[in-house]
Amino acid sequence: MTAQFLIGCGAGFSGDRTDAPIPVVRELVRRGNPSAIFFETLGERTLALAQLRRLEDPGEGHEPLLEELLRPVLPDCLAADIAVIGNFGAANPEGAARRIAGLCAAAGFSDVPIGVVEGDEVTALVQAGKLTPVGIDPSLHDRPLICANAYLGAEPLMVALAQGARILVTGRVADPSLVVAPLAHHFAWDPADSGRMATATLAGHLLECGSQVTGGYFADPGWKDVPDPHSIGFPIAEVTADGGVTIGKPADTGGLVNEATVKEQLLYEIHDPSSYLTPDVTLDMTGVAVRADGLDRVAVFGARGRARPERLKVTVSVDGGYIGEGEISYAGPNAIARARLALDVLARRVPQHLRLRSDIIGYRSVLADEGGAAGGVTAEDVFPVAEDVRARIAVESDSAQEAEAAVREVVALLCCGPAGGGGARTQVRRRVHTWSATAARADVDPGVRVRVASARRWVETPHD
Amino acid sequence: MTEQAQAEQAKAETVTVPLHRLAHARAGDKGDRLNVSVIAYRACDYELLKSLVTAERICALFAGRRPREVKRYELPLLSAFNFVLDGVLEGGVNRSLNLDSHGKTLSFRVLAMPVEVPGDHPAVHQKMGGRT
Repeated sequence: MTAQFLIGCGAGFSGDRTDAPIPVVRELVRRGNPSAIFFETLGERTLALAQLRRLEDPGEGHEPLLEELLRPVLPDCLAADIAVIGNFGAANPEGAARRIAGLCAAAGFSDVPIGVVEGDEVTALVQAGKLTPVGIDPSLHDRPLICANAYLGAEPLMVALAQGARILVTGRVADPSLVVAPLAHHFAWDPADSGRMATATLAGHLLECGSQVTGGYFADPGWKDVPDPHSIGFPIAEVTADGGVTIGKPADTGGLVNEATVKEQLLYEIHDPSSYLTPDVTLDMTGVAVRADGLDRVAVFGARGRARPERLKVTVSVDGGYIGEGEISYAGPNAIARARLALDVLARRVPQHLRLRSDIIGYRSVLADEGGAAGGVTAEDVFPVAEDVRARIAVESDSAQEAEAAVREVVALLCCGPAGGGGARTQVRRRVHTWSATAARADVDPGVRVRVASARRWVETPHD
Repeated sequence: MTEQAQAEQAKAETVTVPLHRLAHARAGDKGDRLNVSVIAYRACDYELLKSLVTAERICALFAGRRPREVKRYELPLLSAFNFVLDGVLEGGVNRSLNLDSHGKTLSFRVLAMPVEVPGDHPAVHQKMGGRT
């Protein structure tokens, strides 16, 4: 155990910049402290979509960009003994471990221990009626079930690290737990110590969205300027044995870390700041304060913790049918009137039983209420009217063909619609709906499995 | 009128400016629940914002989305507020037909809100250059 541990973030969501881990690892190697890099790539629906891919191909179902993310940094991580942790296993952690083992072997690290944590999938508990639904949406409970996954905490990850894993692959884990585990392992913090768990969870919460704490999702030109936003450095937290947390970023990267960037991320996706629930702790942020500590460094302190929640959160994913979307541009004099007419025509052409939304992008769309362009807030209140707009519809259907037919009506406007329409685009996507529930730990824990084996062993392991 | 009298008069009058001149914000979602942080650029504006940006004002701003509930959490140590709006995302990211199904752009709908500040407040003349 040393006094300081560094933990960097390599990805904040599935679809993040794949070159982001490179400067993070370079910085960790340069600093030479004990350290880890983690990748958070599982959104609410990402896992269900991964499950659908796995059903089509048993080798798939993990993060699709896994190798692209890891290949450039893995040899340096292994050479410098930087632990690599990620929920990039998604619906297939063992499949991901085999892919990573292949990368390790190719780089000459066949003996490196790779750990896998599984058991987050609790679909059987839905069927057994053992979940307690949260919130209200009974309409979703009858739709075809895809999968259900519990948010595991840091403990099984700590078990894998204690067994020597230097690369750790998981499926659904609470995002901050990806950070809590290496910190608690390194400092030998007791998972029952809610104060330490609160500090580690706070660090995890600030890091889990990658650049969102280092100038990503922050720039508002003239008001909040961000240097070199094309090359924002992803965050690295310095954590000390006594629970100090300082957020920084690699040298020679764009972006910035200041009190404002940290505050925005601190409150991101937070509800009651006195009770941020994770499997590891109930975090109270109401005493948290931030203090600039030199260039691109902010100290964060004041996290308090209470006992962890008794039950685990579960996301249940069900078939969501299809969404069809179509857009077409109108510009110049009377453009909004022509866009409105196009939407009127579409409302009469699209099957009447489909749920339909229509927007006029550039005039009344994302800020509008549920009615879209038909009603609700006027974006004119906010921005000057732009006579360069796109008419847009979205429909929902359980039938792909019906969704396709509905959005083809947008293309038909190129000949049949108002004057001057152009640039029609359509797409139909499969959707996954989710509902939330809780499960008793006693129902989830027995299914949690931790396996640590060398890269060589993983390469040799046959598919299930 | 003396300079002092002019200054007194400016202070007494209120001027309406967009909240964008006093605060920054970030929106996040969980299911059909939206949260929007509102963070004062200047810590000394916290009390002013506390009186101006109430849960009721935010509720009225989103009335067209029929929020089930709007709560404001106060974070004086951060010069910030966290607003939590239930039931305003068309059922949430997975079900919404909005282009922005997460409601991420709604932070700027909040920042567009007109607020009344004293006539001598720096935000009256500040067109650009919020400090972070």
